[in-house]
Amino acid sequence: MSKGIAITGMGIISSIGNTVAENLSSLRAAKPGITRLDLIETRHRDAIMVGEIKKSNAELETQIGLAKDNNLSRTSMLGIIAAREAIVQASIDDIDAYRTGFISGTSVGGMDMTERYYTTYQESPEFRKYIATQHAGATTGDIARHLGIRGYVTTISTACSSAANAIMLGARMIKAGKLDRVIVGGTDGMSKFTINGFGTLMILSDEACTPFDENRKGLNLGEAAAYIVLESDKIVKKENKKVLGYVSGWANANDAFHQTASSAEGEGAYLAMKEALDIAEITPDAIDYVNVHGTATPNNDMSEGTAMLRIFGKENIPVFSSTKAFTGHTLAAAASVEAVFSLLSLQENMVFPNLNFKTPIEALDMTPQTTCLEKELNVILSNSFGFGGNCSTLIFTKA
Amino acid sequence: MSKCYIKGIASITAQPTTVEDQFLEEIISYQESIFRASDPNYKEFIKPAAMRRMSKAVKMGVTASQMALKQANIEQPDAIITGTGMGCRQDSEKFLEKILYDDEQYLTPTLFIQSTHNTVGGQIALGLKCKAYNVTYVQSAVSFESAIIDAQLMLDEQPNSNIMVGGIDEIAKTSSRFHILNGDVKKEEIHNLELLSSTTTGTIASEGATFMVIGNEDTTNNIAEIVDVEIKYSASVEEIKKDILEFIARNDLEITAIDAIVLGNNGDHSFDHYYQELQQTLFKDTEQLYYKHLIGEYHTASAFAYWIGTKIFEYKNVPDVLRLNDKKSQEHKNILIYNHYRGENHSIALLRKC
Repeated sequence: MSKGIAITGMGIISSIGNTVAENLSSLRAAKPGITRLDLIETRHRDAIMVGEIKKSNAELETQIGLAKDNNLSRTSMLGIIAAREAIVQASIDDIDAYRTGFISGTSVGGMDMTERYYTTYQESPEFRKYIATQHAGATTGDIARHLGIRGYVTTISTACSSAANAIMLGARMIKAGKLDRVIVGGTDGMSKFTINGFGTLMILSDEACTPFDENRKGLNLGEAAAYIVLESDKIVKKENKKVLGYVSGWANANDAFHQTASSAEGEGAYLAMKEALDIAEITPDAIDYVNVHGTATPNNDMSEGTAMLRIFGKENIPVFSSTKAFTGHTLAAAASVEAVFSLLSLQENMVFPNLNFKTPIEALDMTPQTTCLEKELNVILSNSFGFGGNCSTLIFTKA
Repeated sequence: MSKCYIKGIASITAQPTTVEDQFLEEIISYQESIFRASDPNYKEFIKPAAMRRMSKAVKMGVTASQMALKQANIEQPDAIITGTGMGCRQDSEKFLEKILYDDEQYLTPTLFIQSTHNTVGGQIALGLKCKAYNVTYVQSAVSFESAIIDAQLMLDEQPNSNIMVGGIDEIAKTSSRFHILNGDVKKEEIHNLELLSSTTTGTIASEGATFMVIGNEDTTNNIAEIVDVEIKYSASVEEIKKDILEFIARNDLEITAIDAIVLGNNGDHSFDHYYQELQQTLFKDTEQLYYKHLIGEYHTASAFAYWIGTKIFEYKNVPDVLRLNDKKSQEHKNILIYNHYRGENHSIALLRKC
């Protein structure tokens, strides 16, 4: 088995908690963060359930300690909170001590501010400071500036697999010796844009989502930010760092089927899982648990389940669960949220449950883990797929 | 590091840069501060049924990618890596306006589906039925360079692969004009060819798509080698000078070995001093070139500097319209590229003749 790249810190803010510890306690208690939407005005309020972080922008500004005239989007602020926690846990006090990079995934970037002030820019100069947040890279810049990272900084936007690709790129950069240390993950704030976008695709559920259930009605949108710190073996050794786990496998493949829908045979997902196993130098039977993408849309779960049957075989499907019923689908942040959850699973030797499941999908006959399960976990596979046919798989192993 | 050769390159810009067998012989001038790309005949590359739903970014991206593949004589790339500052902003803007002006009603999915940043990369993959690695970078002025750095990693990991790398950005009716309101784009009308005599802040904005196919096989068809690329989020002028010196030294060169430097001057009085300082100090005796007066500024405009470099190698000639000073090199072997946008997202790259 490949040793992989060491993970030395993690941070998260999601609808089930403002810190790693709070997220863990909600996961253990099987306590989801799915509610009605409170902080965005939309005519769809009563038609959808969401994973919303119940902190207003003003509260986030205060928590971070931002100046009044800041122009940060919600996506940036969530990102700062999560990235800061990751850096603290990794005991990084001098960011410039090593070649440090920052790779963030986002799908909407500053869209929350754009949609709020779009119609006012012409008349109201006071809101024009938000025009700069129109491009997604601005979000990453805000977080990088806050962390004091001035070198290699970039953003990946492959819709709902963005953070997986950010983690994968970070691991590759360290492996190639181009960086010594990199903070990787993703952030997406809730926006009317995505609510309406997913609404037009008719894949938003009006109830709490039910991943991998025969009668699933669609997904719950969520918002979150999560980051992990990857460090070279050299730093880990030199500073005697505590390693939380390793990213030991990664892959990205394209379904090349449809701009938004996944193919029936789950070709992209299959290729991503297969190649990630190859990179990790393991066979499918080494996987102790799969944290599935499991958005609870009819299309995703069917396609992903089919791909899993192809990889593992019907008799050998590992324990699996989708944690999206806790947090909602947090889009570009989803893969980093689930990376943190996977690291917690390794740490606690616990599979977190796939909530709200009742009936297996008839055509698949696969049953996810529905309660907290204590089990020795050494290798976890995590899937993330996105529009544009983007399919990514990460494999995490115990330290 | 594995070698990284450009095997094919094509660029759609506000100039007629897709006309074959020409290197900026014909120049289009513009009087506005926002101007559109000069369209090639998209019908030659895209079926009419598919084209109807495509925004400009997708049309430009799909077309430029086909042109680059054709030049490289490659049918199927082993990865598709794109960069875009703003993505498909036309469809994003239309979808957002419907949400805002029709009170979240009467929406259709097409605009949303096509609004994501990775639409162009996804559409190219769909068109080629390409199931390989596919990623989109959106980091302002280093979106394209981020894509190259990823491709370099990949050439190390999977030798003998051919990787498609592209940069795309489009103008949208309303959101592009917002940048006049916030001062990023000049308020006054300006003649693009006189960009650098402007004394105001802001720049001129446009759109375009540049695609290349890169690989590490040493063949006679290679057009240029990308020796090294570096990105840096923030830096002072002094830090950039130091970085460039280190960059050149790291590649075993001295400043005198740089035959031309291609700079990203965009006429913004507040930020062009990064370039001016390099022009007046480190590179005062070097041939200095610029291009944003021709193609405007956009997040992936710097991709055009790579196109210029390859054309200089191919034509053994530098069009005068690109010149910033009167220094001329007899021969071009090493071309340095430096770019930034508003003092952030700096990139340094070295191209070498094959």
